[in-house]
Amino acid sequence: MTIDSIVNGIVIDHIAQGKAMEIYSYLSLDKIDSQVAIIKNAPSKKIGKKDIIKIDGEFALNLDIIGFIDPESTVNIIRDGKLVEKKKLQLPEKLTDVLKCKNPRCITTTEQDIKHIFLLKNSEKREYRCLYCESRAE
Amino acid sequence: MKHLIDIMELSVEEIQELIALAEDIMNFPEKYREKCKYKKLATLFFEPSTRTRLSFEAAMMELGGNVLGFSDANSSSSSKGESVADTVAVVGSYADIIAMRHPKEGAPTVATMHSDVPIINAGDGGHNHPTQTLTDLLTISLEKGKLNGLKIGLCGDLKFGRTVHSLAAAMSRYEGTELVLISPDELKLPSYVKNSYIKPNNIKYTQTTNLDEVMGELDVLYMTRVQRERFFNEEDYLRLKDSYILTAEKMRNAKADMTVMHPLPRVNEISTEIDKDKRAAYFRQARNGKYIRMALILKLLGVE
Repeated sequence: MTIDSIVNGIVIDHIAQGKAMEIYSYLSLDKIDSQVAIIKNAPSKKIGKKDIIKIDGEFALNLDIIGFIDPESTVNIIRDGKLVEKKKLQLPEKLTDVLKCKNPRCITTTEQDIKHIFLLKNSEKREYRCLYCESRAE
Repeated sequence: MKHLIDIMELSVEEIQELIALAEDIMNFPEKYREKCKYKKLATLFFEPSTRTRLSFEAAMMELGGNVLGFSDANSSSSSKGESVADTVAVVGSYADIIAMRHPKEGAPTVATMHSDVPIINAGDGGHNHPTQTLTDLLTISLEKGKLNGLKIGLCGDLKFGRTVHSLAAAMSRYEGTELVLISPDELKLPSYVKNSYIKPNNIKYTQTTNLDEVMGELDVLYMTRVQRERFFNEEDYLRLKDSYILTAEKMRNAKADMTVMHPLPRVNEISTEIDKDKRAAYFRQARNGKYIRMALILKLLGVE
């Protein structure tokens, strides 16, 4: 299967199989005008099968979101058809306005204009807790 | 220390300093009578808690300061929909320090983000209540003369009871602590308290449903109320509320110098016949709350 290569844009590569749609949704890629290609189940030497997302054009990418969903994926920045930067990801220490707290007793359920912040408490278990009420992210 | 939201923000050394200061205030109250002259404490109680509010207000008054505030959300602008952020930003321009009680968990953390003056968490839902834990630690220290090497029984609602979560966490930092967790199976201490504090500090602990069996081993017995407001289901509340009631009969098996504590208010979990027993420390505990709050106000205001 061929997909046009990108001249200026972003390639999110080595996404764990099946995670591309989650990244697409969290990054709100449905709301941008640029061309976006999602490739699912592409062959990978490293992980067997992988997903890839290609975004044509400039886009302010929230790396924390991708790091949170799949820290093993890589982000490649393409300019003039050349790879100019390869970003390695990791689980972010802090997530701002990515998740919402599900605890009905949390202040974030009533306070207006509040930032929803989660902090990484245990990287092995990928455990995030709400900054305010300390409930675990689901 | 700019604010106090969670007891675990304080180091063991800082807690020791507060305990020492509280003891000095108890012994030499006249030294402290004018320490907060012309200073104002705002008590912002978005839900009623008469005991805690009066304890804070008495503490500030005994330091020569003044108090202002409200005692439930209906008498504040939050009933008109004002946010915590705005309320605190405004009140912070009138008062030198704020004690805040709020039914929503994490509300005091929001307050710290919008306040130039120190915020004391006076209880946020089922989450934190650090001045209660400071009160408990001062009480244990005064009653037992130490905080190390004690066998402490926590009894009642260990699932929803935030005071026991904080006390278990705080006591886990003292060498030789042993915890005995006494509760019905439905109200056991949550595993995150064990995993975050008790186990990492290698604290010995046992769990049991039977108070009588462990009574004779305990140095401190911390009783808690099974609180109606923490249950979603009235049936569960009614079934479990009388599970653990401390009576004079049960006290016969306790050590002669065991200390009985309770954050109060009690409903019926401690029989009133025990009130005259010298081991009953819960009213002394309530009084200690005022002194540790005085110490905390002095520290946060940087008053020497």
